[in-house]
Amino acid sequence: MRIPLSWLREFAQVPAEATAEDVMADLVKVGFEEEDVHRPTDELKGPIVVGQVLSLVKEPQTNGKTINWCQVRVVPEGQEQTLTGKGIDPSGVQGIICGAHNFVEGDKVVVTLPGAVLPGNFQISARKTYGHLSAGMIASVRELGIGDDHDGILVLSRIGLDPEIGTDAMELLGLYDQAAEINVTPDRGYAFSIRGVAREYAHATGTSFVDPASKVNAPASLQGGYGVKLNDDAPIYGKPGCDRFVARTVRGVDATRPTPPWMSSRLRLAGIRSISLPVDISNYVMLELGQPNHCYDLDKLSGDIVVRRAVAGEKITTLDDKERTLDVEDLLITDDSGAIGIAGVMGGAHTEVSDSTTNILVEAAHFDEVSIARSRRRHKLPSEASKRFERGVDWHVANIAAQRVVDLLVELAGGTADQTGTDVGTAPDAVVIELPEGFASARIGIDFTEEQITTSLEDLGAVVEKTSSGYRVTAPSWRNDLETKEDLSEEIARLVGYDNIPATLPVAPPGRGLSRTQQQKRRVVQALADAGLTDVLSYPFVTKAANDTFGIAEEGAARPALKLANPISEEHGFLRTSILPGLIEVARRNHSRGFRDLALYEAGSVFLPGEKLGTESIPPLGVKPSDEVLDALYDGVPHQPLHIAAVLTGHDSPAAATHKPRAWDWADAVDVARLIADVLGVELVVSQGSHQAFHPGRAAQLALRNGDVVGYAGELHPKLLAAHDMPARSVAVEVDVEALFDAAADVIVAKHISGFPVATQDVALVVPQDVPADQVLSALREGAGELLEDVALFDVYVGPGIDDGKKSLAFGLRFRADDRTLTADEASEARAAAVAVAAERFGAVQR
Amino acid sequence: MTDTLPGAAIPNPLDEAAINAAVEDAVAAIAAASSLDELKAVRLAHTGEKSPLSLANREIGGLAKEHKAAAGKLMGSSRGRVNQALAARTQVLEAENDARILIEETVDVTAAPRRRRAGARHPLSTLQDRVSDIFVGMGWEIAEGPEVESEWFNFDALNFKPDHPAREMQDTFFVEPPEAHLLMRTHTSPVQVRSMLEREVPIYVLCPGKVFRTDELDATHTPVFHQFEGLAIDKDLSMADLRGTLEHFARQMFGDEASIRLRPNYFPFTEPSAELDIWHPGAKGGPRWIEWGGCGMVNPNVLRAAGIDPDVYSGFAFGMGIERTLMFRNEVGDMRDMIEGDVRFSEHFGMEI
Repeated sequence: MRIPLSWLREFAQVPAEATAEDVMADLVKVGFEEEDVHRPTDELKGPIVVGQVLSLVKEPQTNGKTINWCQVRVVPEGQEQTLTGKGIDPSGVQGIICGAHNFVEGDKVVVTLPGAVLPGNFQISARKTYGHLSAGMIASVRELGIGDDHDGILVLSRIGLDPEIGTDAMELLGLYDQAAEINVTPDRGYAFSIRGVAREYAHATGTSFVDPASKVNAPASLQGGYGVKLNDDAPIYGKPGCDRFVARTVRGVDATRPTPPWMSSRLRLAGIRSISLPVDISNYVMLELGQPNHCYDLDKLSGDIVVRRAVAGEKITTLDDKERTLDVEDLLITDDSGAIGIAGVMGGAHTEVSDSTTNILVEAAHFDEVSIARSRRRHKLPSEASKRFERGVDWHVANIAAQRVVDLLVELAGGTADQTGTDVGTAPDAVVIELPEGFASARIGIDFTEEQITTSLEDLGAVVEKTSSGYRVTAPSWRNDLETKEDLSEEIARLVGYDNIPATLPVAPPGRGLSRTQQQKRRVVQALADAGLTDVLSYPFVTKAANDTFGIAEEGAARPALKLANPISEEHGFLRTSILPGLIEVARRNHSRGFRDLALYEAGSVFLPGEKLGTESIPPLGVKPSDEVLDALYDGVPHQPLHIAAVLTGHDSPAAATHKPRAWDWADAVDVARLIADVLGVELVVSQGSHQAFHPGRAAQLALRNGDVVGYAGELHPKLLAAHDMPARSVAVEVDVEALFDAAADVIVAKHISGFPVATQDVALVVPQDVPADQVLSALREGAGELLEDVALFDVYVGPGIDDGKKSLAFGLRFRADDRTLTADEASEARAAAVAVAAERFGAVQR
Repeated sequence: MTDTLPGAAIPNPLDEAAINAAVEDAVAAIAAASSLDELKAVRLAHTGEKSPLSLANREIGGLAKEHKAAAGKLMGSSRGRVNQALAARTQVLEAENDARILIEETVDVTAAPRRRRAGARHPLSTLQDRVSDIFVGMGWEIAEGPEVESEWFNFDALNFKPDHPAREMQDTFFVEPPEAHLLMRTHTSPVQVRSMLEREVPIYVLCPGKVFRTDELDATHTPVFHQFEGLAIDKDLSMADLRGTLEHFARQMFGDEASIRLRPNYFPFTEPSAELDIWHPGAKGGPRWIEWGGCGMVNPNVLRAAGIDPDVYSGFAFGMGIERTLMFRNEVGDMRDMIEGDVRFSEHFGMEI
């Protein structure tokens, strides 16, 4: 909401020297955030004065244009020029070249004299042009920054002005005025008006306030006016769409009369374009009183006005010349011809006022917030009217606003008001709130006095009655946001001032610190950083193809994914089922920015919809749903486990004079997974895997001991890397860490530490190439029995001495007993038993 | 000296002067040895089998019985002097040798390579941990919840009326199909509702996490960002408790000089509601109030939605943006730096903020 200060000053005590910034600083105290300042003088500097064209000589030019060489009087005849400066003629007459042709000798115009500055830092000076010294400019509204009019020079008589020569034109055109723009929260519809803001300004500054509604002399009742019927047969939530309709008639208006500058200047500062006098008056009254209203061309109406819901398929052409198909829930203003307006949203084109309009029917009505909000959304028609109606308009101001429009039409447009008028509808019950003694004090933490409570509430416009148990408060009709004792507490605190709230620190009951899962997550993400990886973030919005590739191991087995109804980009309209697509994109971006050695990781949710998706309906607000309903809500929310993924490319460390870095390879990806598992104390079973996003021979499937697959690691598929402009041999890993969290032991049982010596034995086994080393190792472990303390693969050999298609795996075995020193025979026996199992299982032969 | 020894006359083991001369020769040669190798040669020359002293010693066997004791005593002490000198010189030369080897092993430590990558945490995540720790220190617990959420938890339970403009101000991402009433949470407040439903009062929880709005990415907006929201439900909580909690938190985060300001505002889920500003003495462009977040006393309808009796319990809630906090605390000028994943951003912070 933009508040021209001159307007605010009519009703509130704003100091003469106060700027828009000062006003905003006051209003922020009562809850209106500062948005912006609109001040023509920030861009516009005088001298800019009224001049009269004494003579105008048309001079055709060689370029085909004709220019006017004008003598313009800028000081009344017989008076002296008091301005001085380069280019200002002491005679009071300036010679000015002008290219526009919409004015004649004798016209009064706006002259920007040398030294003036126009918007866009356009400095006016005397300069030689077309063979003359042109000392100033005859200005258009566009050049003054007060309109888009291309029609040339602003001739003052055409906007109804005949000022004295030499008058300060900036004053005349309201250009010294300024506006404060504030943000109005959605609960405070009343503040979308000068009336509301002036009251709030008075609250903020402790000064007095005159209600603009009180300055309008509206009749107590209206009868005999235009026929209006309220026929809502389908109220929403039982509330009639229209509960008041005031109609007034003004005849014999001249719709072509100019809007006076004081009005157009205020509208402009308020951000409303000047259209025509009747429309400007309508908007002016809406801004002043907060009551949207409409002017119909009376002669284009046929029959009674009926306010009703639309019928299926009904259409209307709105003021913006668009044909719209209406919904049966839309509330309409109709006459015998059909729909003439979508109530509270936008009027119809057919009955709008035009230059030829002479008789006007003024509408000021009160509509249901929800009905208007739905129509506005349905037709995507945010308007100044709907903005106010959906936040709530004072029921009682309709008649007053209509009167104010009528008065201005009479005063400015030369009309005559009918003595009759229409006012139908039913006033809503006043809202009465019981505020128990002490409630506001307890809620706010300030010990409010009775005086503070009653004064604050009365200042708002409420009626306060002291009762035995507290206060009975009748809320003002314009404050539809006041419904509960909590609302009143806020108002009292707001008016007394939030700055007066003291600070006390409540003590929470003893807590348990971070939960186990929270600690697990922290340790994992920290361990990865400690291991040299860099934590990054990516968006969860991905393409369908990305989900199909990364979401699940098998090709063609597309995993269901969530799709957004209103994504920012249609292409990236799905929620990720894997972190890798986003992380690979981040890696690519870094790579393209010249970072070749990367080790990136991200921890974040993935979205895995199950069979149930949401709920068909949702329970109402303000009531705890039943357990069944709550369970359905919980169950409908898709599974969103925490995943951690990493992408490694390039080398493991920066090259240096004495250091040769190592290229990351598939094993590093597996190692990242192992690191995560180690941090959590979970055993990870690594097996040869198959995943379409990975190199077919270099993918590891990661599983828990119970067989649950929790992720993949390895070298990314060469084609995928090429398609993503990523270096060959880049590797990646992704793990469902939530599954690992769950698998972590609650209590780790200690193991006996044997003090007896170790017996080590090595064995080299020749096995077929395709036998995984890990499985041979498992076989050895099984076969060796409980004397085996540890077994590790320390060499893999292929080459001379080994048959084609075979490989030699060398293992070191460590044996130890709990209760004795092992003999060499015992160790050899255990080793032989281990080899036997490997031989049986994989045909392993000792070298 | 040493080269004159071979073939020299064998001193008489009873000739004290001759023996002393041989000892003097040996001691002088030992002292003159400048390396362990030279010392070895000296040792062989003066204590070896062919050395004058060894030869003289061997002569004792041929002496008359009555002279043997005197000669033995003389030779014993003389050879002892030589061995002592040898041992002392050996120690000196060995120490010198050790020191020289260490000197020779000198490297240029300034050329030490970095063999290990320096990893980094994302500062948003580090900051989230730090904020959480402050509240955990106050006895609060950390609560988390899903990012795709039921509309009821995100709006209705928080007293957003179905047709109220406040609901649209949240610029929500909806999940298809719309009839399923699922959305991407626009704030972490649904976690507050879940906490109230799942926990026993009194409740003191902080809910950090990712939230989503349909804003295009630019210098100050991103469709995905992070918040932390606090919720306290207890008997007799007032706005003074809210202010005290926020003030304590602000001082933990920004130092003892930090102060806060509350301004009236509107949120459907709190009444009264306030905007929270923090005084930033070190702000770029001079000290000023910086808008930090929103807060207020929990609206009774929110308590009712969670089955908590508003006539018995009251509560307060607050919420701040983590990105915004990082922006003004650490002078991050452009939102895009935080979310584009450029490693320079995280790596500049390392493990700290």
